[in-house]
Amino acid sequence: MTDMSDTSVKSPAGQRAERSATASMTYAAFLIAGLAFLVVAPAFFYPIFLMKLLCFALFACAFNLLLGYTGLLSFGHATFFGGAAYFTAHAVKEWGFPPELGVLAGVVGAALLGLVMGYVAIRRQGIYFAMITLALSQMFFFFCLQAEFTQGEDGIQQVPRGHLFGFIDLNSSTNMYYFVLAVFVIGMVIIWRFINSPFGMILKSIRENEARAISLGYSVARYKLGAFVMSAALAGLAGGVKALVFQFATLTDVAWQMSGEVILMTLLGGIGTLIGPIFGAGLVVTLQNYLATSDFPVTIITGVVFMICVLVFRRGIVGEFYASWIGRKLGFEYRR
Amino acid sequence: MAVSATAMLEEPRVVLSARGLTKHFGAFAAVKNVDLDIHHARVHALIGPNGAGKTTVFNLLTKFLQPTAGSITLLGTDITRTAPDKVARMGLVRSFQISAVFPHLSVLDNVRVALQRPNGLSTQFWLPTSALDRLNDRADELIEAVGLKRERNALAADLSYGRKRVLEIATTLALDPKVLLLDEPMAGMGQEDIGTVSGIIREVAKTRAVLMVEHNLSVVANICHHVTVLQRGEILAEGDYAAVSQDERVRLAYMGSEEA
Repeated sequence: MTDMSDTSVKSPAGQRAERSATASMTYAAFLIAGLAFLVVAPAFFYPIFLMKLLCFALFACAFNLLLGYTGLLSFGHATFFGGAAYFTAHAVKEWGFPPELGVLAGVVGAALLGLVMGYVAIRRQGIYFAMITLALSQMFFFFCLQAEFTQGEDGIQQVPRGHLFGFIDLNSSTNMYYFVLAVFVIGMVIIWRFINSPFGMILKSIRENEARAISLGYSVARYKLGAFVMSAALAGLAGGVKALVFQFATLTDVAWQMSGEVILMTLLGGIGTLIGPIFGAGLVVTLQNYLATSDFPVTIITGVVFMICVLVFRRGIVGEFYASWIGRKLGFEYRR
Repeated sequence: MAVSATAMLEEPRVVLSARGLTKHFGAFAAVKNVDLDIHHARVHALIGPNGAGKTTVFNLLTKFLQPTAGSITLLGTDITRTAPDKVARMGLVRSFQISAVFPHLSVLDNVRVALQRPNGLSTQFWLPTSALDRLNDRADELIEAVGLKRERNALAADLSYGRKRVLEIATTLALDPKVLLLDEPMAGMGQEDIGTVSGIIREVAKTRAVLMVEHNLSVVANICHHVTVLQRGEILAEGDYAAVSQDERVRLAYMGSEEA
Protein backbone atom coordinates (compact mmCIF):
# COMPACT_ATOMS: atom_id res chain seq x y z
CA MET A 1 0.00 0.00 0.00
CA THR A 2 2.61 2.48 1.06
CA ASP A 3 4.85 1.49 -1.83
CA MET A 4 2.09 2.14 -4.33
CA SER A 5 1.27 5.54 -2.92
CA ASP A 6 4.97 6.36 -2.86
CA THR A 7 5.40 5.75 -6.56
CA SER A 8 2.12 7.17 -7.84
CA VAL A 9 2.04 10.32 -5.68
CA LYS A 10 5.33 12.07 -5.17
CA SER A 11 6.12 13.16 -1.65
CA PRO A 12 6.51 16.89 -1.06
CA ALA A 13 10.19 16.32 -0.40
CA GLY A 14 10.60 14.47 -3.69
CA GLN A 15 8.81 17.22 -5.58
CA ARG A 16 11.03 19.79 -3.95
CA ALA A 17 14.17 17.93 -4.88
CA GLU A 18 13.00 17.66 -8.48
CA ARG A 19 12.03 21.32 -8.61
CA SER A 20 15.35 22.48 -7.22
CA ALA A 21 17.13 20.32 -9.80
CA THR A 22 15.16 22.05 -12.58
CA ALA A 23 15.85 25.37 -10.91
CA SER A 24 19.60 24.89 -10.88
CA MET A 25 19.47 23.95 -14.59
CA THR A 26 17.51 27.07 -15.47
CA TYR A 27 19.73 29.09 -13.17
CA ALA A 28 22.79 27.88 -15.04
CA ALA A 29 21.16 28.71 -18.38
CA PHE A 30 20.19 32.21 -17.23
CA LEU A 31 23.64 32.72 -15.74
CA ILE A 32 25.41 31.89 -18.99
CA ALA A 33 23.01 34.04 -21.00
CA GLY A 34 23.44 36.94 -18.59
CA LEU A 35 27.22 36.73 -18.57
CA ALA A 36 27.35 36.46 -22.36
CA PHE A 37 25.16 39.54 -22.58
CA LEU A 38 27.42 41.50 -20.23
CA VAL A 39 30.52 40.47 -22.15
CA VAL A 40 29.20 41.74 -25.49
CA ALA A 41 27.16 44.64 -24.09
CA PRO A 42 29.78 47.41 -24.66
CA ALA A 43 29.32 46.89 -28.38
CA PHE A 44 25.71 48.05 -28.07
CA PHE A 45 25.57 50.38 -25.08
CA TYR A 46 27.51 53.33 -23.80
CA PRO A 47 30.24 51.79 -21.55
CA ILE A 48 30.04 54.44 -18.80
CA PHE A 49 26.33 53.75 -18.49
CA LEU A 50 26.97 50.01 -18.23
CA MET A 51 29.66 50.52 -15.63
CA LYS A 52 27.41 52.74 -13.57
CA LEU A 53 24.74 50.07 -13.80
CA LEU A 54 27.09 47.33 -12.66
CA CYS A 55 28.30 49.41 -9.71
CA PHE A 56 24.78 50.08 -8.54
CA ALA A 57 23.75 46.48 -9.16
CA LEU A 58 26.57 45.27 -6.93
CA PHE A 59 25.68 47.90 -4.34
CA ALA A 60 22.04 46.76 -4.31
CA CYS A 61 23.03 43.09 -4.08
CA ALA A 62 25.31 43.90 -1.14
CA PHE A 63 22.43 45.71 0.50
CA ASN A 64 20.12 42.78 -0.15
CA LEU A 65 22.57 40.51 1.65
CA LEU A 66 21.52 42.38 4.76
CA LEU A 67 17.85 43.06 4.06
CA GLY A 68 16.90 39.89 2.23
CA TYR A 69 19.16 37.34 3.84
CA THR A 70 19.61 38.70 7.35
CA GLY A 71 16.35 40.61 7.76
CA LEU A 72 17.98 43.91 8.73
CA LEU A 73 16.82 47.13 7.08
CA SER A 74 19.76 49.51 7.06
CA PHE A 75 19.04 53.11 6.22
CA GLY A 76 22.68 54.08 6.16
CA HIS A 77 24.28 52.14 3.36
CA ALA A 78 25.29 55.32 1.55
CA THR A 79 28.00 55.63 4.20
CA PHE A 80 29.74 52.51 2.91
CA PHE A 81 29.18 53.19 -0.78
CA GLY A 82 30.11 56.87 -0.65
CA GLY A 83 32.71 56.44 2.08
CA ALA A 84 34.56 53.85 0.03
CA ALA A 85 34.40 56.17 -2.98
CA TYR A 86 36.20 58.84 -0.95
CA PHE A 87 38.77 56.41 0.43
CA THR A 88 39.56 54.96 -2.98
CA ALA A 89 39.70 58.39 -4.61
CA HIS A 90 41.98 59.73 -1.90
CA ALA A 91 44.25 56.70 -1.89
CA VAL A 92 44.66 56.76 -5.66
CA LYS A 93 44.98 60.49 -6.10
CA GLU A 94 46.93 61.62 -3.04
CA TRP A 95 48.89 58.52 -2.09
CA GLY A 96 49.43 57.27 -5.63
CA PHE A 97 47.97 53.82 -4.97
CA PRO A 98 47.46 51.56 -8.00
CA PRO A 99 43.73 51.05 -8.75
CA GLU A 100 43.52 47.54 -7.26
CA LEU A 101 44.97 48.73 -3.94
CA GLY A 102 42.85 51.86 -4.07
CA VAL A 103 39.69 49.78 -4.34
CA LEU A 104 40.98 47.56 -1.55
CA ALA A 105 41.46 50.65 0.63
CA GLY A 106 37.83 51.55 -0.04
CA VAL A 107 36.66 48.06 0.87
CA VAL A 108 38.65 47.98 4.10
CA GLY A 109 37.48 51.47 5.04
CA ALA A 110 33.86 50.56 4.38
CA ALA A 111 34.20 47.36 6.38
CA LEU A 112 35.59 49.30 9.35
CA LEU A 113 32.76 51.82 9.11
CA GLY A 114 30.38 48.86 8.93
CA LEU A 115 31.92 47.36 12.04
CA VAL A 116 31.38 50.57 13.99
CA MET A 117 27.88 51.25 12.69
CA GLY A 118 26.84 47.63 12.99
CA TYR A 119 28.20 47.34 16.51
CA VAL A 120 26.12 50.30 17.65
CA ALA A 121 22.95 49.50 15.72
CA ILE A 122 22.68 45.71 15.97
CA ARG A 123 21.38 45.80 19.53
CA ARG A 124 18.11 47.28 18.33
CA GLN A 125 15.54 45.81 16.01
CA GLY A 126 13.17 46.91 13.28
CA ILE A 127 12.53 50.63 12.99
CA TYR A 128 15.01 51.46 15.76
CA PHE A 129 17.76 49.68 13.90
CA ALA A 130 16.90 51.62 10.73
CA MET A 131 16.83 54.93 12.63
CA ILE A 132 20.20 54.35 14.26
CA THR A 133 21.80 53.52 10.93
CA LEU A 134 20.22 56.64 9.43
CA ALA A 135 21.46 58.83 12.27
CA LEU A 136 25.00 57.45 12.05
CA SER A 137 25.10 57.86 8.29
CA GLN A 138 23.96 61.49 8.66
CA MET A 139 26.82 62.00 11.08
CA PHE A 140 29.17 60.54 8.52
CA PHE A 141 27.68 62.84 5.88
CA PHE A 142 28.51 65.90 7.98
CA PHE A 143 31.95 64.54 8.67
CA CYS A 144 32.50 64.30 4.91
CA LEU A 145 31.14 67.81 4.46
CA GLN A 146 33.60 69.23 6.98
CA ALA A 147 36.66 67.03 6.61
CA GLU A 148 39.70 68.33 4.79
CA PHE A 149 40.44 65.34 2.58
CA THR A 150 36.96 65.14 1.00
CA GLN A 151 37.25 68.74 -0.22
CA GLY A 152 33.74 69.62 0.92
CA GLU A 153 31.21 70.60 -1.72
CA ASP A 154 33.71 70.11 -4.56
CA GLY A 155 34.44 66.48 -3.79
CA ILE A 156 37.60 64.76 -4.93
CA GLN A 157 37.91 65.54 -8.64
CA GLN A 158 40.09 64.14 -11.42
CA VAL A 159 40.85 60.84 -9.81
CA PRO A 160 43.35 59.00 -12.02
CA ARG A 161 42.25 55.54 -13.11
CA GLY A 162 45.83 54.33 -13.37
CA HIS A 163 47.13 50.99 -14.57
CA LEU A 164 45.63 47.81 -13.16
CA PHE A 165 48.42 45.55 -11.84
CA GLY A 166 50.80 48.03 -13.46
CA PHE A 167 50.12 47.08 -17.07
CA ILE A 168 46.41 47.28 -17.92
CA ASP A 169 45.59 50.85 -18.82
CA LEU A 170 42.21 51.65 -17.31
CA ASN A 171 41.94 54.91 -19.19
CA SER A 172 40.71 52.84 -22.09
CA SER A 173 37.00 52.49 -21.43
CA THR A 174 36.98 48.94 -22.79
CA ASN A 175 39.61 47.87 -20.26
CA MET A 176 37.80 49.75 -17.55
CA TYR A 177 34.53 48.05 -18.45
CA TYR A 178 35.96 44.56 -18.20
CA PHE A 179 37.64 45.46 -14.92
CA VAL A 180 34.27 46.60 -13.53
CA LEU A 181 32.60 43.47 -14.91
CA ALA A 182 35.23 41.27 -13.24
CA VAL A 183 34.75 43.07 -9.92
CA PHE A 184 30.99 42.69 -10.27
CA VAL A 185 31.24 38.96 -10.96
CA ILE A 186 33.65 38.48 -8.05
CA GLY A 187 31.29 40.41 -5.78
CA MET A 188 28.33 38.28 -6.86
CA VAL A 189 30.29 35.07 -6.32
CA ILE A 190 31.22 36.24 -2.82
CA ILE A 191 27.57 37.01 -2.04
CA TRP A 192 26.44 33.68 -3.43
CA ARG A 193 29.05 31.81 -1.44
CA PHE A 194 28.25 33.80 1.71
CA ILE A 195 24.57 32.91 1.49
CA ASN A 196 25.24 29.25 0.72
CA SER A 197 27.76 28.60 3.44
CA PRO A 198 27.70 27.25 6.99
CA PHE A 199 27.54 30.88 8.13
CA GLY A 200 24.66 31.57 5.75
CA MET A 201 22.82 28.60 7.19
CA ILE A 202 22.98 30.15 10.65
CA LEU A 203 21.79 33.48 9.24
CA LYS A 204 18.86 31.69 7.68
CA SER A 205 17.98 29.98 10.92
CA ILE A 206 18.16 33.29 12.80
CA ARG A 207 15.77 34.81 10.26
CA GLU A 208 13.43 31.85 10.63
CA ASN A 209 13.35 31.70 14.42
CA GLU A 210 15.63 33.96 16.39
CA ALA A 211 14.66 32.71 19.88
CA ARG A 212 15.36 29.14 18.85
CA ALA A 213 18.75 30.10 17.41
CA ILE A 214 19.64 31.72 20.76
CA SER A 215 18.52 28.65 22.66
CA LEU A 216 20.81 26.58 20.45
CA GLY A 217 23.67 28.69 21.77
CA TYR A 218 24.20 31.09 18.87
CA SER A 219 25.13 34.65 19.80
CA VAL A 220 22.75 36.11 17.27
CA ALA A 221 24.19 39.63 17.45
CA ARG A 222 27.61 38.45 16.30
CA TYR A 223 26.22 36.69 13.25
CA LYS A 224 24.19 39.75 12.34
CA LEU A 225 27.27 41.90 12.79
CA GLY A 226 29.22 39.56 10.54
CA ALA A 227 26.60 39.95 7.83
CA PHE A 228 26.54 43.70 8.35
CA VAL A 229 30.29 44.03 7.90
CA MET A 230 30.23 41.79 4.82
CA SER A 231 27.42 43.85 3.32
CA ALA A 232 29.28 47.08 4.09
CA ALA A 233 32.51 45.76 2.57
CA LEU A 234 30.75 44.76 -0.66
CA ALA A 235 28.91 48.08 -0.82
CA GLY A 236 32.37 49.60 -0.42
CA LEU A 237 33.66 47.50 -3.30
CA ALA A 238 30.92 48.95 -5.50
CA GLY A 239 31.59 52.50 -4.27
CA GLY A 240 35.35 52.29 -4.71
CA VAL A 241 35.00 51.08 -8.28
CA LYS A 242 32.44 53.75 -9.02
CA ALA A 243 34.93 56.42 -7.94
CA LEU A 244 37.39 55.08 -10.53
CA VAL A 245 34.73 54.88 -13.24
CA PHE A 246 33.58 58.48 -12.84
CA GLN A 247 36.95 59.71 -11.61
CA PHE A 248 35.39 61.62 -8.75
CA ALA A 249 33.88 61.14 -5.32
CA THR A 250 31.29 63.56 -4.04
CA LEU A 251 28.79 64.15 -1.27
CA THR A 252 25.97 62.70 -3.42
CA ASP A 253 27.19 59.19 -2.71
CA VAL A 254 27.14 59.59 1.08
CA ALA A 255 23.82 61.47 1.25
CA TRP A 256 20.74 59.80 2.71
CA GLN A 257 19.02 59.82 -0.69
CA MET A 258 21.56 57.25 -1.81
CA SER A 259 20.57 55.01 1.11
CA GLY A 260 16.95 55.39 0.02
CA GLU A 261 17.77 54.68 -3.61
CA VAL A 262 19.40 51.36 -2.82
CA ILE A 263 16.37 50.31 -0.79
CA LEU A 264 14.22 51.21 -3.79
CA MET A 265 16.39 49.18 -6.15
CA THR A 266 16.29 46.15 -3.89
CA LEU A 267 12.53 46.29 -3.35
CA LEU A 268 11.89 46.80 -7.06
CA GLY A 269 14.05 43.86 -8.02
CA GLY A 270 12.89 41.48 -5.33
CA ILE A 271 14.10 41.15 -1.75
CA GLY A 272 15.78 37.91 -0.91
CA THR A 273 16.42 36.89 -4.50
CA LEU A 274 20.06 36.77 -5.48
CA ILE A 275 19.67 38.51 -8.83
CA GLY A 276 16.60 40.67 -8.14
CA PRO A 277 18.53 43.76 -7.06
CA ILE A 278 20.46 43.68 -10.35
CA PHE A 279 17.22 44.22 -12.22
CA GLY A 280 16.05 46.78 -9.71
CA ALA A 281 19.28 48.73 -10.09
CA GLY A 282 19.05 48.36 -13.86
CA LEU A 283 15.57 49.85 -13.92
CA VAL A 284 16.36 52.77 -11.62
CA VAL A 285 19.65 53.66 -13.30
CA THR A 286 18.11 53.42 -16.77
CA LEU A 287 15.20 55.63 -15.76
CA GLN A 288 17.57 58.18 -14.26
CA ASN A 289 19.71 58.16 -17.34
CA TYR A 290 16.90 58.65 -19.81
CA LEU A 291 15.08 61.22 -17.75
CA ALA A 292 18.24 63.17 -16.90
CA THR A 293 18.18 64.80 -20.34
CA SER A 294 14.46 65.58 -20.23
CA ASP A 295 12.89 68.33 -18.15
CA PHE A 296 10.76 65.86 -16.27
CA PRO A 297 11.81 65.43 -12.63
CA VAL A 298 13.35 62.00 -12.11
CA THR A 299 12.28 61.68 -8.50
CA ILE A 300 8.60 61.86 -9.42
CA ILE A 301 8.94 59.02 -11.90
CA THR A 302 10.94 56.80 -9.55
CA GLY A 303 8.44 57.62 -6.80
CA VAL A 304 5.55 56.53 -9.01
CA VAL A 305 7.39 53.38 -10.02
CA PHE A 306 8.02 52.62 -6.37
CA MET A 307 4.35 53.09 -5.50
CA ILE A 308 3.24 50.82 -8.32
CA CYS A 309 5.73 48.24 -7.15
CA VAL A 310 4.52 48.30 -3.57
CA LEU A 311 0.86 48.22 -4.59
CA VAL A 312 0.90 45.76 -7.49
CA PHE A 313 3.94 43.54 -7.33
CA ARG A 314 5.24 43.39 -3.82
CA ARG A 315 7.65 40.58 -4.46
CA GLY A 316 9.57 42.77 -6.89
CA ILE A 317 10.28 42.04 -10.55
CA VAL A 318 12.27 38.87 -10.07
CA GLY A 319 10.23 37.74 -7.08
CA GLU A 320 7.01 37.99 -9.10
CA PHE A 321 8.64 36.12 -11.94
CA TYR A 322 9.70 33.29 -9.62
CA ALA A 323 6.23 33.08 -8.12
CA SER A 324 4.47 33.24 -11.49
CA TRP A 325 3.28 30.28 -13.50
CA ILE A 326 6.29 30.40 -15.82
CA GLY A 327 8.68 30.76 -12.91
CA ARG A 328 7.24 27.74 -11.14
CA LYS A 329 7.35 25.74 -14.39
CA LEU A 330 11.04 26.56 -14.58
CA GLY A 331 11.48 25.22 -11.07
CA PHE A 332 11.87 28.44 -9.12
CA GLU A 333 10.44 29.04 -5.73
CA TYR A 334 9.77 32.31 -4.04
CA ARG A 335 9.46 32.33 -0.32
CA ARG A 336 9.51 35.16 2.16
CA MET B 1 6.16 2.77 39.80
CA ALA B 2 8.20 5.95 40.01
CA VAL B 3 10.02 4.60 43.06
CA SER B 4 11.26 1.45 41.35
CA ALA B 5 12.60 3.51 38.44
CA THR B 6 14.51 5.70 40.88
CA ALA B 7 16.24 2.79 42.55
CA MET B 8 18.28 1.74 39.53
CA LEU B 9 19.68 5.15 38.66
CA GLU B 10 23.10 6.46 39.59
CA GLU B 11 23.67 8.76 42.51
CA PRO B 12 21.86 12.05 41.90
CA ARG B 13 23.68 15.35 42.30
CA VAL B 14 22.39 18.88 41.93
CA VAL B 15 23.31 20.39 38.56
CA LEU B 16 20.94 23.32 38.39
CA SER B 17 19.57 25.16 41.35
CA ALA B 18 17.59 28.31 41.98
CA ARG B 19 17.27 30.15 45.26
CA GLY B 20 14.61 32.72 46.04
CA LEU B 21 13.76 33.12 42.36
CA THR B 22 11.37 36.05 41.94
CA LYS B 23 10.02 37.88 38.92
CA HIS B 24 7.77 40.91 38.94
CA PHE B 25 6.01 42.25 35.87
CA GLY B 26 5.16 45.71 37.15
CA ALA B 27 3.13 45.16 40.31
CA PHE B 28 2.32 41.57 39.39
CA ALA B 29 4.55 38.91 40.89
CA ALA B 30 4.62 36.07 38.35
CA VAL B 31 7.13 34.03 40.33
CA LYS B 32 7.66 34.38 44.07
CA ASN B 33 10.58 33.04 46.02
CA VAL B 34 10.96 29.73 44.22
CA ASP B 35 13.69 27.30 45.26
CA LEU B 36 14.47 24.47 42.84
CA ASP B 37 17.11 21.75 42.73
CA ILE B 38 17.45 19.81 39.51
CA HIS B 39 19.44 16.59 39.76
CA HIS B 40 21.61 14.77 37.32
CA ALA B 41 19.97 11.60 35.97
CA ARG B 42 16.52 12.61 37.19
CA VAL B 43 13.37 13.76 35.46
CA HIS B 44 11.88 16.62 37.37
CA ALA B 45 8.36 17.78 36.55
CA LEU B 46 7.03 21.26 37.05
CA ILE B 47 3.25 21.18 37.17
CA GLY B 48 0.51 23.53 38.15
CA PRO B 49 -2.64 25.18 36.83
CA ASN B 50 -2.57 27.67 33.97
CA GLY B 51 -0.92 30.93 34.89
CA ALA B 52 1.00 29.35 37.77
CA GLY B 53 4.26 30.74 36.37
CA LYS B 54 5.77 27.55 34.98
CA THR B 55 6.88 29.08 31.70
CA THR B 56 8.17 32.17 33.51
CA VAL B 57 10.33 29.92 35.67
CA PHE B 58 11.66 28.35 32.47
CA ASN B 59 12.40 31.73 30.99
CA LEU B 60 14.19 32.77 34.16
CA LEU B 61 16.27 29.60 34.38
CA THR B 62 17.34 29.86 30.74
CA LYS B 63 17.94 33.62 31.10
CA PHE B 64 15.39 34.63 28.48
CA LEU B 65 14.06 36.74 31.36
CA GLN B 66 16.10 38.50 34.02
CA PRO B 67 14.95 37.64 37.58
CA THR B 68 13.90 40.50 39.85
CA ALA B 69 15.53 38.71 42.77
CA GLY B 70 17.17 35.41 43.55
CA SER B 71 20.08 33.46 42.15
CA ILE B 72 20.62 30.59 39.71
CA THR B 73 23.55 28.21 39.72
CA LEU B 74 24.41 25.88 36.86
CA LEU B 75 27.06 23.22 37.47
CA GLY B 76 28.60 25.25 40.26
CA THR B 77 28.67 28.52 38.29
CA ASP B 78 26.45 31.48 39.12
CA ILE B 79 24.49 32.27 35.94
CA THR B 80 22.12 34.86 37.39
CA ARG B 81 23.51 37.55 35.05
CA THR B 82 24.60 35.42 32.11
CA ALA B 83 23.27 35.89 28.54
CA PRO B 84 20.89 33.20 27.24
CA ASP B 85 23.14 32.00 24.41
CA LYS B 86 26.04 31.67 26.84
CA VAL B 87 23.87 29.62 29.17
CA ALA B 88 22.98 27.37 26.22
CA ARG B 89 26.66 26.89 25.44
CA MET B 90 27.26 25.92 29.07
CA GLY B 91 24.90 23.00 28.58
CA LEU B 92 21.48 24.24 29.65
CA VAL B 93 19.20 23.87 26.65
CA ARG B 94 15.50 24.46 26.48
CA SER B 95 12.58 23.78 24.22
CA PHE B 96 9.65 26.12 23.80
CA GLN B 97 5.96 25.77 24.54
CA ILE B 98 5.09 26.81 21.03
CA SER B 99 6.95 24.54 18.69
CA ALA B 100 10.35 25.98 17.86
CA VAL B 101 11.64 24.64 14.60
CA PHE B 102 13.05 26.44 11.59
CA PRO B 103 9.98 26.06 9.34
CA HIS B 104 11.58 26.53 5.93
CA LEU B 105 14.48 24.23 6.58
CA SER B 106 14.29 20.49 6.06
CA VAL B 107 14.23 18.12 9.03
CA LEU B 108 17.85 17.26 8.31
CA ASP B 109 18.88 20.92 8.15
CA ASN B 110 17.06 21.68 11.39
CA VAL B 111 19.17 19.12 13.18
CA ARG B 112 22.33 20.15 11.35
CA VAL B 113 21.92 23.79 12.42
CA ALA B 114 21.97 22.59 16.01
CA LEU B 115 25.08 20.50 15.32
CA GLN B 116 26.98 23.25 13.51
CA ARG B 117 28.14 25.23 16.55
CA PRO B 118 29.37 22.35 18.72
CA ASN B 119 31.25 21.05 15.68
CA GLY B 120 32.86 24.39 14.88
CA LEU B 121 31.09 24.79 11.55
CA SER B 122 29.05 27.92 12.07
CA THR B 123 31.27 30.84 11.09
CA GLN B 124 32.81 29.64 7.84
CA PHE B 125 31.34 31.97 5.23
CA TRP B 126 33.82 30.87 2.60
CA LEU B 127 32.92 27.17 2.57
CA PRO B 128 30.11 25.64 0.52
CA THR B 129 27.04 24.32 2.32
CA SER B 130 28.21 20.83 1.37
CA ALA B 131 30.85 21.22 4.10
CA LEU B 132 27.99 20.47 6.46
CA ASP B 133 27.57 17.00 4.99
CA ARG B 134 30.01 15.63 7.53
CA LEU B 135 27.37 16.29 10.18
CA ASN B 136 24.94 14.00 8.38
CA ASP B 137 25.84 10.79 10.22
CA ARG B 138 25.23 12.30 13.63
CA ALA B 139 22.11 14.10 12.38
CA ASP B 140 20.70 10.88 10.94
CA GLU B 141 21.33 9.10 14.21
CA LEU B 142 19.30 11.71 16.05
CA ILE B 143 16.57 11.72 13.41
CA GLU B 144 16.32 7.97 13.64
CA ALA B 145 16.31 8.02 17.43
CA VAL B 146 13.19 10.16 17.47
CA GLY B 147 11.55 8.25 14.63
CA LEU B 148 11.62 10.91 11.92
CA LYS B 149 13.54 8.89 9.36
CA ARG B 150 10.77 8.97 6.76
CA GLU B 151 10.42 12.74 7.04
CA ARG B 152 14.18 13.38 6.83
CA ASN B 153 14.02 15.59 3.74
CA ALA B 154 10.62 17.16 4.32
CA LEU B 155 10.29 20.79 5.27
CA ALA B 156 9.71 21.28 8.99
CA ALA B 157 6.69 23.42 8.12
CA ASP B 158 5.03 20.41 6.45
CA LEU B 159 5.21 18.23 9.57
CA SER B 160 2.26 17.67 11.87
CA TYR B 161 2.33 19.47 15.19
CA GLY B 162 3.38 16.41 17.15
CA ARG B 163 6.15 15.60 14.70
CA LYS B 164 7.45 19.15 14.96
CA ARG B 165 7.77 18.70 18.70
CA VAL B 166 9.65 15.47 18.13
CA LEU B 167 11.96 17.27 15.73
CA GLU B 168 12.53 19.96 18.29
CA ILE B 169 13.60 17.36 20.81
CA ALA B 170 16.03 15.94 18.27
CA THR B 171 17.60 19.37 17.71
CA THR B 172 17.80 19.92 21.47
CA LEU B 173 19.53 16.57 21.93
CA ALA B 174 21.96 17.48 19.16
CA LEU B 175 23.61 19.87 21.58
CA ASP B 176 24.18 17.04 24.04
CA PRO B 177 22.98 19.25 26.89
CA LYS B 178 23.76 18.56 30.52
CA VAL B 179 20.44 19.98 31.61
CA LEU B 180 17.39 19.73 29.40
CA LEU B 181 14.40 21.98 29.94
CA LEU B 182 11.30 20.87 28.08
CA ASP B 183 8.29 23.17 28.04
CA GLU B 184 5.21 20.96 27.57
CA PRO B 185 6.91 18.49 25.24
CA MET B 186 3.77 16.38 24.85
CA ALA B 187 1.25 19.15 24.26
CA GLY B 188 -0.80 18.48 21.14
CA MET B 189 0.79 15.11 20.49
CA GLY B 190 -0.94 11.96 19.43
CA GLN B 191 -0.79 8.90 21.68
CA GLU B 192 1.84 7.26 19.52
CA ASP B 193 4.20 10.24 19.71
CA ILE B 194 3.65 10.51 23.46
CA GLY B 195 4.89 6.95 23.84
CA THR B 196 7.93 7.64 21.67
CA VAL B 197 8.81 10.88 23.40
CA SER B 198 8.33 9.39 26.88
CA GLY B 199 10.78 6.68 25.90
CA ILE B 200 13.27 9.23 24.58
CA ILE B 201 13.06 11.37 27.71
CA ARG B 202 13.52 8.38 29.95
CA GLU B 203 16.52 7.33 27.89
CA VAL B 204 18.25 10.71 27.78
CA ALA B 205 17.63 11.29 31.50
CA LYS B 206 19.97 8.42 32.29
CA THR B 207 22.92 10.67 31.57
CA ARG B 208 21.58 14.17 32.17
CA ALA B 209 19.08 16.19 34.13
CA VAL B 210 15.63 16.90 32.71
CA LEU B 211 13.17 19.49 33.91
CA MET B 212 9.83 19.46 32.16
CA VAL B 213 6.59 21.36 32.34
CA GLU B 214 3.81 18.90 31.66
CA HIS B 215 0.05 18.84 31.90
CA ASN B 216 -0.43 15.21 31.09
CA LEU B 217 -0.37 13.72 34.60
CA SER B 218 -0.11 10.14 33.47
CA VAL B 219 3.12 11.07 31.67
CA VAL B 220 4.33 12.75 34.84
CA ALA B 221 3.45 9.67 36.89
CA ASN B 222 5.24 7.43 34.42
CA ILE B 223 8.55 9.13 33.81
CA CYS B 224 9.16 11.79 36.46
CA HIS B 225 11.11 11.08 39.62
CA HIS B 226 10.34 14.32 41.31
CA VAL B 227 7.45 16.76 41.05
CA THR B 228 7.20 20.43 41.99
CA VAL B 229 3.75 21.97 42.00
CA LEU B 230 3.48 25.69 41.35
CA GLN B 231 0.47 27.81 42.10
CA ARG B 232 0.27 31.57 41.61
CA GLY B 233 4.03 31.73 41.28
CA GLU B 234 4.76 29.89 44.50
CA ILE B 235 5.72 26.33 45.31
CA LEU B 236 2.67 24.55 46.63
CA ALA B 237 4.07 21.08 47.09
CA GLU B 238 7.12 18.99 46.28
CA GLY B 239 8.04 15.33 46.32
CA ASP B 240 7.58 12.20 44.24
CA TYR B 241 4.40 11.85 42.27
CA ALA B 242 2.70 9.52 44.76
CA ALA B 243 3.23 11.94 47.62
CA VAL B 244 2.28 15.02 45.64
CA SER B 245 -0.85 13.50 44.20
CA GLN B 246 -2.07 12.67 47.70
CA ASP B 247 -1.51 16.24 48.86
CA GLU B 248 -4.83 17.84 49.77
CA ARG B 249 -3.84 21.33 48.56
CA VAL B 250 -2.66 19.99 45.21
CA ARG B 251 -5.92 18.12 44.69
CA LEU B 252 -7.75 21.30 45.49
CA ALA B 253 -5.65 23.31 43.04
CA TYR B 254 -6.50 20.80 40.35
CA MET B 255 -10.07 20.62 41.70
CA GLY B 256 -9.55 16.97 42.51
CA SER B 257 -10.19 16.17 38.89
CA GLU B 258 -7.31 13.98 37.87
CA GLU B 259 -5.64 11.05 39.42
CA ALA B 260 -3.19 8.90 37.55
